[in-house]
Amino acid sequence: MRIMAQVCMVMNLDKCIGCHTCSVTCKQTWTNRPGTEYVYFNNVETKPGLGYPARYEDQEQWHGGWTLDRKGRLTLKAGSRLKKLISIFCNPDLPTIEDYHEPYSYDYARLITAPAGTKAPSVSTRSALTGREMNPTWGANWEDDLAGAPARALRDPNIVALPEGAAEKVKLDFESVFMFYLPRICEHCLNPSCVASCPSGAMYKREEDGIVLVDQDRCRGWRFCVSGCPYKKVYFNHRTGKAEKCTFCFPRIEAGLPTVCSETCVGRLRYLGLMLYDADKVLAAAASTDPTRLYEAQLGVFLDPEDPTVAAEAERQGIPHDWLAAARRSPTYALIVRHRVALPLHPEYRTMPMVWYVPPLSPVADVTAAAGYDDADADNVFAAIDALRIPVEYLANLFAAGDTGPVRSSLRRLAMVRAVMRAHQLGRDPAVRAADVGMTDEAAEDLFRLLAIARYEDRYVIPPAHAEDAGRLLAQHDLSGCSLESEGGPGMGGDGPAHEAVPGFHLLRREALAREDAADASVAGRDTRGRLHLRVAEHPAPGPLGLAGTGGIA
Amino acid sequence: MNGVSGLEIFWWAVIPYVALAIFVIGHVWRYRYDQFGWTTRSTELQEKRWLRWGGPIFHYATFLAIGGHVIGILIPASWTKAIGISEPVYRWFAAAAGTVAVVGVLVGVAILAGRRLFVARVRATTSPVDWFILILLLIEIVLGFAMTTVVNLLGAGYNYRPTVSVWFRSLFAGNPNVHAIVSAPVLYQVHVSLAWLIIAAWPFTRLVHAWSAPVWYMWRPFVVYRSRRASRPNEPGTSGRRWRRIGVRY
Repeated sequence: MRIMAQVCMVMNLDKCIGCHTCSVTCKQTWTNRPGTEYVYFNNVETKPGLGYPARYEDQEQWHGGWTLDRKGRLTLKAGSRLKKLISIFCNPDLPTIEDYHEPYSYDYARLITAPAGTKAPSVSTRSALTGREMNPTWGANWEDDLAGAPARALRDPNIVALPEGAAEKVKLDFESVFMFYLPRICEHCLNPSCVASCPSGAMYKREEDGIVLVDQDRCRGWRFCVSGCPYKKVYFNHRTGKAEKCTFCFPRIEAGLPTVCSETCVGRLRYLGLMLYDADKVLAAAASTDPTRLYEAQLGVFLDPEDPTVAAEAERQGIPHDWLAAARRSPTYALIVRHRVALPLHPEYRTMPMVWYVPPLSPVADVTAAAGYDDADADNVFAAIDALRIPVEYLANLFAAGDTGPVRSSLRRLAMVRAVMRAHQLGRDPAVRAADVGMTDEAAEDLFRLLAIARYEDRYVIPPAHAEDAGRLLAQHDLSGCSLESEGGPGMGGDGPAHEAVPGFHLLRREALAREDAADASVAGRDTRGRLHLRVAEHPAPGPLGLAGTGGIA
Repeated sequence: MNGVSGLEIFWWAVIPYVALAIFVIGHVWRYRYDQFGWTTRSTELQEKRWLRWGGPIFHYATFLAIGGHVIGILIPASWTKAIGISEPVYRWFAAAAGTVAVVGVLVGVAILAGRRLFVARVRATTSPVDWFILILLLIEIVLGFAMTTVVNLLGAGYNYRPTVSVWFRSLFAGNPNVHAIVSAPVLYQVHVSLAWLIIAAWPFTRLVHAWSAPVWYMWRPFVVYRSRRASRPNEPGTSGRRWRRIGVRY
């Protein structure tokens, strides 16, 4: 047993309103530089839709991720190492800028330089690659809220792969259309195919927290990471000629702060926590013969931090005590393993992704009402799941390699929590019980709290990197931060993003706030370190749920 | 040296060493201080239809051409004679195989230069030093074509092995044989002179990516793990382009 810790994210899709705040703040933080105009470490896709880059989920086209060879061994879908080296002069699987979009801005100078006249001047679109006028026809957010879906969405690989019968349930006419949002970041996989594809060995997975990074100094621009990632979350910076990817905001994670996308998420749908896993089991799990077994196989890789033998072994292998404690409080472990409501995105890529999703149940209330259902009847609560506008088969193609079992099970648990809590609020007798979905009442209560009222410190349980590493980490920041200092980067001549990002948020303010909080301790009575303090009143009243108000928005 | 002018000594015995010195010191400097700039500068993202043909044709034909140079320049004529290859056989083999290589290189570089010239997205990424080395290579390749195909395959032929090759090897023996090269035709002399310019310019261009050929990929483990390591801060005054000491793991 080789125990490793990994920071892991879970997103509750029921709560995503598609506001793109995560994408915007991520872009402002990481990719607002020349060469990364088209790069979105975080993007939000409307599903059904082609995604970004277009149809990235179709691995028969892009050959990302892993597959099993004839002998059942795990191998890269793009082919052998030798084949890669032979095709290195033109990577056959690399998307071109058209699959993303040609980056553009507007000729704003025209507003000032236009000659005086009666017509207001207008600005034209200018390509960021060539400076020429251009006409955008595709982009990261082109299909927002199903824009163009009647013409395009049926080419969504998850719809194409639907079985006979389920495909007919997908309707794109206005009255019966369905959609939901899928925010995506790098999956920071346990078995990352981008790392395995990098000929230079410039990509690596950090031993301490599992974050997958590109060493900008060792990257030689061979581009195989871009095509090797089935999620297409490694991008090629066309100015620097180097690959870049989502960093999981590692400077913030090291400081015990959530990623920028999580911190700024309006719907508070993201959860961050540690997962302990057995690194020796990863390969065998990823090589499961039946793709629908991959979800269970990945669950089998995770270790229970409450298990005394695991805890003892983890300590023996040098996992710090506070990290173990954090693993026990991990909201992601709760959602993934304990309550089994979170599912991996496309487990069939065999990369063992570590950003999981609670599938969306949202329209169920509408559907039940429209169909004359009454959630006082247990049969109807669960029957509604199969009557959802979002076909379960579609969700299964996204989250369970086409197996509807895990999706249905997750949705049943979510529906149960809703029905029980609704009945509770209305003073009725609930028609369903936690036991109906194989949960205890305590577990259901815990799931409800986690999904509905979890506060900042419950959603983000991130143990800071160890203080004894501080000097080294600072040096590392200095190096990695410098990639942003090249040619007009935000840190040009400055201290780099690791230092810049902090005052904008609250790391430095934390000290001062901690002092304030100490004064407020009678009100708060909790650890408020690292919380976003949007204070509305000096001494706020207790929250509406009767929980102690801790001083504003958590 | 009798019958050799000072200019000839400078040209054929000094310039080569200067070029080699720049080549070596330039690489050491670039490798130590510009890891971040050390890349293929691929433009496949911007344009793929032409690169699909031009990239592989150019590179594979270049490997052939390099092989041909090794055989023709580094291996003495006496060695090939010793294993029973007569001069005419050698010449026709070299001319035929060399023509295959040089035509490939020519077609490849024409496609690559064409997309660089005529595809706006690619042209926009091209820096002055890229143009400089591209033009040098173009001239060098056209000269190579003239010598291999026009002179040796279709024309009367010229045996460069007693002249150019002897002089080239004498440079590395530390005793430059200027006589040998001075007697070679102008075509060969220009080709060789340009080669020293390319060698001197090499460390400062994108050609450095040749030394990063990732052969090691064949044997390394698929997933690379790294632990956070201590490392030194930037050398003073080098933060702009991330010039710093390498060889320190982190």
